[in-house]
Amino acid sequence: MENTNTQNRRSFLKSSALAGGGLMLSFSWFANAQAADKMVAMNLPDQWNELNGYIKITPDNVIKIICPNPEFGQNVMTSLPMMVAEELEVDWKNVVVEMGTHDSVKLGTQFTGGSNSVRMYWKPLRNAGASARQMLIEAAAQTWGVPASEITTKAGVLLHSSGKSAKYGEMANKAATIPVPKEVKLKAPKDFSIVRNSQKNTEGQKIVTGKPLFGIDTHVEGMLIAMIQHPPAFGMKLKSFDASQALKMPGIKDIFSFKLYDDGFVQAGFDTRTFNEMIAIVGKSTWEVMNARKKIKVQWEAAGEIKETMMGRGGKREVTIPSRLETTSSQMELMAEYANGRHSAKPAQQLRKDGDPETAFKNAAQIIERTYNAPFLAHNTMEPMNFFAHVSEDKALVAGPLQAPGLIEPTLTKILNLPADKIEIQMTRMGGGFGRRAYGQYAFEAARISQRMKAPIKLIYSREDDMTYGIYRPMYTATYRAALDANKNLIAFHVKGGGIPENPIHANRFPAGAVDNYLAEGWEIPSNITIGAFRAPRSNFNAAAEQSFLDEVAEAMGKDPIAFRLDLLKRAKENPVGKNNEYDADRYAGVLELLREKSGWGKPENSGKKRGVAAYFCHNSYAGHVVDMVIRDGQPYVEKVTSAIDCGVVVNPDAAINMVQGAVVDGIGNSFYGALTHKDGAAEQSNFHNYRIIRHNEAPKIIDVHFIQNDIDPTGLGEPPFPPVFGAVANALYKSTGKRYYNQPFTVEGTKL
Amino acid sequence: MAKYSLKINGKTQQIDIDPSTPILWVLRDHLNMTGTKFGCGMAMCGACTVHLDGSAVRSCSLPVSAVGKQAITTIEGLSANGTHPVQKAWIEHDVAQCGYCQSGQIMSASALLKSNPNPTDEDIDNYMSGNICRCGTYLRIKDAIKSVKL
Repeated sequence: MENTNTQNRRSFLKSSALAGGGLMLSFSWFANAQAADKMVAMNLPDQWNELNGYIKITPDNVIKIICPNPEFGQNVMTSLPMMVAEELEVDWKNVVVEMGTHDSVKLGTQFTGGSNSVRMYWKPLRNAGASARQMLIEAAAQTWGVPASEITTKAGVLLHSSGKSAKYGEMANKAATIPVPKEVKLKAPKDFSIVRNSQKNTEGQKIVTGKPLFGIDTHVEGMLIAMIQHPPAFGMKLKSFDASQALKMPGIKDIFSFKLYDDGFVQAGFDTRTFNEMIAIVGKSTWEVMNARKKIKVQWEAAGEIKETMMGRGGKREVTIPSRLETTSSQMELMAEYANGRHSAKPAQQLRKDGDPETAFKNAAQIIERTYNAPFLAHNTMEPMNFFAHVSEDKALVAGPLQAPGLIEPTLTKILNLPADKIEIQMTRMGGGFGRRAYGQYAFEAARISQRMKAPIKLIYSREDDMTYGIYRPMYTATYRAALDANKNLIAFHVKGGGIPENPIHANRFPAGAVDNYLAEGWEIPSNITIGAFRAPRSNFNAAAEQSFLDEVAEAMGKDPIAFRLDLLKRAKENPVGKNNEYDADRYAGVLELLREKSGWGKPENSGKKRGVAAYFCHNSYAGHVVDMVIRDGQPYVEKVTSAIDCGVVVNPDAAINMVQGAVVDGIGNSFYGALTHKDGAAEQSNFHNYRIIRHNEAPKIIDVHFIQNDIDPTGLGEPPFPPVFGAVANALYKSTGKRYYNQPFTVEGTKL
Repeated sequence: MAKYSLKINGKTQQIDIDPSTPILWVLRDHLNMTGTKFGCGMAMCGACTVHLDGSAVRSCSLPVSAVGKQAITTIEGLSANGTHPVQKAWIEHDVAQCGYCQSGQIMSASALLKSNPNPTDEDIDNYMSGNICRCGTYLRIKDAIKSVKL
């Protein structure tokens, strides 16, 4: 608890000298829940009373709520403050929102990823709001000499039955000295007045007026621009370079090679690096740096096998990164060898087994076996990777688009040889993340370059740098087998999956628990192509493969695909098979039932539609879609999507609908077009001319989103609606063309269906 | 290097710069106007869209030497305080997710509406398909455009 009668650095980055570098970034981090013109009239105050890490109140009753988690479009800068405001009992119109800097003591984990923000902060933020409210009540009780129990609050005002009243701002100074209550009572969902009521994006006004918000917009006096040149292919490294010509180019300050990590560096889980030695080009402006880069004469060579030390859950381990320069066709062949057990390297690992699948398959009247493949995917955030760093001898200020500042900090301390309290990490709004920005290698590169230049620098990746650097969604394959008895009952289910370099299988998810005889196996092929989390990791492949397969099994059994899934879920609920089933069969079934109702599934009026359905559980939530498809000029288009989701309490409904609609569009785009392929180690796609992203004319006309209404604590939403889109699209493609689609991307440029 | 006198958002800016420099980087690096975004550098994504004498152009592929006397309008100059009908429609429909592409989307949409005040869905698709939104806010963009009455 601190009482800040003067500005502290966390309250006003714009006007205060920063601890890190004594610098002023050129933009304020304020967002506000109300219109900008009103904000100006409010004449932002210079005294903030800090009631806890998340709440500051001025004497004029301006309520500032600090958003702990970085914003990448999931709208946490609105939804998280709403949770605080709800319990604080303030008028949302009087709230200003500020992005917190990295401060895990005050602000918690600050991890944007895993669809975790709302779920993780649901209790802490409401507690913060309720505690601050209680402290304000206590302050008023002491001031007025009345029992706290007689004081109520409404819209930022304290009220007593005697007629006394005070705005929060009037009591905030005193409240900041009151001990934090040990226990507070949180509102019942039926009493919510801010949560569950749509609130507009607190940064919307800044976005539509082009205010500097993103890391790439960072600008400080004397700042230099840096770019890197990384090897042209996975498995290559720098041999030598001649920058003499480039150094003579206008505006160029320096060109040098540098290592990301020192020899013997022990990598933690998010320290993924693709290339360890790169060339930095530093100059006065981006265009000059881009031009100078073209003039560097570089020799690359094969990197050979590389040994790395990784720190994981099981402690330190040595990892060998293979040397081969990979090509997509040989990757496919290699995956097929592993899948068939023909490769000598390593057999598949058993991940789960229920009953006696071997015997069941032996006795089956019919076996359905299908194999599904999916390529690497690049995240392609619209804002390319970039980072600002100003490193001096005894401190550092770094700022940029980061999903996980807490994971970056330990590595920065090692790279810069500075203690954590001398490194200030600021998180800018991210122009997309999708998992990519949980890996901080671009932040480390920026820090290295700034340290060497002894100057503030902003590192910028070109689109080509960004797309060809790696940290992709892995390449996956899975073979599914279903055994039917003579009466067309499903008696056994087998999935064996693998990938480069990670196996996708979630062994304890549906239909595990619903089939007596079940086997899940996984295998992995090491690679020098780096991978990372990509919106719903592994699920984004499994939902495509498994949900397509279940569609085919239902057809073979002569069952409706929704009814078939509901039968399996009934079994999983009433008499579950095995242990550790991850999903709640009731909630899963609830989503399918809502989807059936809202889409008019099976209704005569929809009989002519080419429809596909899929539903999936991940990140603690349940989501399903019905996709209506048409073929125009030999190309598939999704006309309409009906979506049903159970993610518990929906904090900000209209924004949640936006997120689901976006996930649907993203899913259609990636299933139709997404692919990152390789030739001799080099990425074959480098920009949007050859990496196809879904565009306006390819998006559905209608995406009709429905949420299950319940009072369950919120679960994930950013990821769960994404994976089942792939399966629903595949199943609609079958209805549209009569052909099953097993390999992503489903459409290949230039070919007609 | 060469000297240029550029008309940007109603103001004349003098700049001494390499003639091949794209307007995108003139704006972002030299004038510190960062509302115009860098996305691809090859006119494939539309994040850098500005108006040149009222028409939408991709500033990443427009060298400063080609501008001449034509007036440049950026997102910062579209209106005072975000009061352009397209900006208001964007707020009303709560379009943005990450928001990075939206200044380009708004610049394209405002140019479309200027030449075609009542676009059909197909008109919008045709005109706007050069602007990628990786978050997939296309439906809201279309709704917002259709709600604008100029």
